[in-house]
Amino acid sequence: MSSGSLSDDDFAGSSDFDEEYDSDDGSDMEYEQAGDVGFSDMITEKQRKKAYEVDFSVMPLADILSAQSSASNHVAGILGVTLDQAATLLRAFKWNKERLVERYMDNPQEILDQAGVVLEEDVSPVVKRPKGFVCMICFDDSSSGPALALRCHHVFCQPCYEHYLTQKIVEEGESRKILCPESGCNVVVNEQTIKKAVPQAVLDKYRKLQDRAYVADLDILRWCPAPNCENAIECRLPYSSFTSIVPTVMCSCGYKFCFGCGLGDHQPAPCGLVKMWQKKCADDSETANWISAHTKECGKCQSTIEKNGGCNHMTCRKCKYEFCWVCMGPWSEHGTSWYNCNRFEESSSTDARDQQAKSRASLERYLHYYNRFANHEHSAKLDRDLYTKTEKKMEEMQRTSDLSWIEVQFLKKAVDVLTSCRMTLRWTYAFAFYLAKNNITELFEDNQRDLEVAVEALSELLEKPIEREKIAELRQQVLDKTVYVGSRREVVLEDTAKGLAEGRWEFFTEFAKV
Amino acid sequence: MNPPAGVDIIDANDFKVWKLGLAGAPATLYEGEKFQLEFNFGPNYPLESPQVLFVGDNVPIHPHIYSNGHICLDVLYNHWSPVQTVASICLSLQSMLSSCTSKERPPDNATYVKTARSNPKHTAWAFHDDTV
Repeated sequence: MSSGSLSDDDFAGSSDFDEEYDSDDGSDMEYEQAGDVGFSDMITEKQRKKAYEVDFSVMPLADILSAQSSASNHVAGILGVTLDQAATLLRAFKWNKERLVERYMDNPQEILDQAGVVLEEDVSPVVKRPKGFVCMICFDDSSSGPALALRCHHVFCQPCYEHYLTQKIVEEGESRKILCPESGCNVVVNEQTIKKAVPQAVLDKYRKLQDRAYVADLDILRWCPAPNCENAIECRLPYSSFTSIVPTVMCSCGYKFCFGCGLGDHQPAPCGLVKMWQKKCADDSETANWISAHTKECGKCQSTIEKNGGCNHMTCRKCKYEFCWVCMGPWSEHGTSWYNCNRFEESSSTDARDQQAKSRASLERYLHYYNRFANHEHSAKLDRDLYTKTEKKMEEMQRTSDLSWIEVQFLKKAVDVLTSCRMTLRWTYAFAFYLAKNNITELFEDNQRDLEVAVEALSELLEKPIEREKIAELRQQVLDKTVYVGSRREVVLEDTAKGLAEGRWEFFTEFAKV
Repeated sequence: MNPPAGVDIIDANDFKVWKLGLAGAPATLYEGEKFQLEFNFGPNYPLESPQVLFVGDNVPIHPHIYSNGHICLDVLYNHWSPVQTVASICLSLQSMLSSCTSKERPPDNATYVKTARSNPKHTAWAFHDDTV
């Protein structure tokens, strides 16, 4: 396994790594080796969009509201309906204006019935109780008191309407299509009626639900998952492209996440791969794998047996079958050789052992990638602790040297870069786990190793105690390494993104898009 | 209101739980059979639907009724309207039984009964068959 070369030996060999990036020529050469352009091109490249970036825009809540009202305005103008009715129609068509207008022109009555809209002059939903009125919900038959009815003329008393709407909005979280309480009636309760029937708090909740439904209904929008953030992100890439693009977006609140699946940034691994990897890590399949790698089954009753010592003459506790642990054949053919087995090459026993060797190898492979994946996750958590330590360090540096506040900011920057690199590295291991073994994969692993070596070197540098006379030197070193680590990360992301777009990577398994 | 034909009240003294008897309608596959229904009314009834299931030894064998008594009927879940009453539910159930043409359990009965929660309202029902 070539990826197995990412062992401790590589970290120990920091001397050749120093050569690689300390001299300018060395780092330039690195770019060329990685199939990248020369240094001068790198500068122009900075202005352009990178291969692993996608176009997106941040939409604050106010923009979401105005987008809805402008769409309603537009449709209301074309179809000659009220704003309220236009919004209801649009909601039924998931805010697809073109489709709504087209279908409406074909058959207006059918569309109105489907969406539950009755075209009539806007009349107040508050009505007088008709003669002989009985509210069909609470069976109140008093002739006075407030009552409400929609354009379908199903009258219910005001308290029942209020309870009904509150139940729908607060308990069931419904906002797209709240129907008239009458059984089988398909008329939608309009916003005007809701305004009249429920208290302000419920109305606010209703409007919030509508915004939520708007974002959920449109494929090009997604809420920022960060706590207390009310922004949505707009990204116009089709969902089908997310097998070959990792759409990482960053909200104005600073949270970076994947537009495709809503998880935290998982570049360079595509959503489908991430989902598969997380499932693999969460379920028990690896426990089963461990059992099959470390135990054998009784040749007769299939009980699982773990041998923890003793000679090769096994007697199954359950069925009393006697067999040889080495060749798995019956013991009766063995005679008296308890500690070695000369029947090892019998074909029946080789098959059983091959099977075990296979699952052992596959477990080892999984653990190799999982350990590194988990390690970077863990290290990223430690980095957060490191960040607080770093802040203390920065204060200390301001006191002990003549550096100003702005000049000690390099430590914060270094920690930020370090954390994002660890997140990237972490997902490169999930990515690599699913890659088939070939030359292109080896190139990927080379890039991955370069990034990992650089990250560990920077991490080590940050944890060093600060010595007064060496501050300037440390600052220089940290700055250099920060820049280098950042560029190594870019190389990895750029290369994987291009590879995904070109379909260069060969995975040994198929994965769905999201 | 008086109970509709074929329905009798077994126990309706508790406001929260009612037990009703339902008799198979004449000239249907269920003629002569007796079933028991349990209604559980939540605090939000009638705005929220009651929990309705068949109980007792005889759960009707029907393509929309699971052997644990759960009933796949849209008006009990997302098509509930506060105008519905116990009588109207009983009528819906009667008509569901009466229009049945072959006595069999739902195809996924075994898996559903094994995994379902005790309250059928926690199941995400898909209503795909309007004929029975």
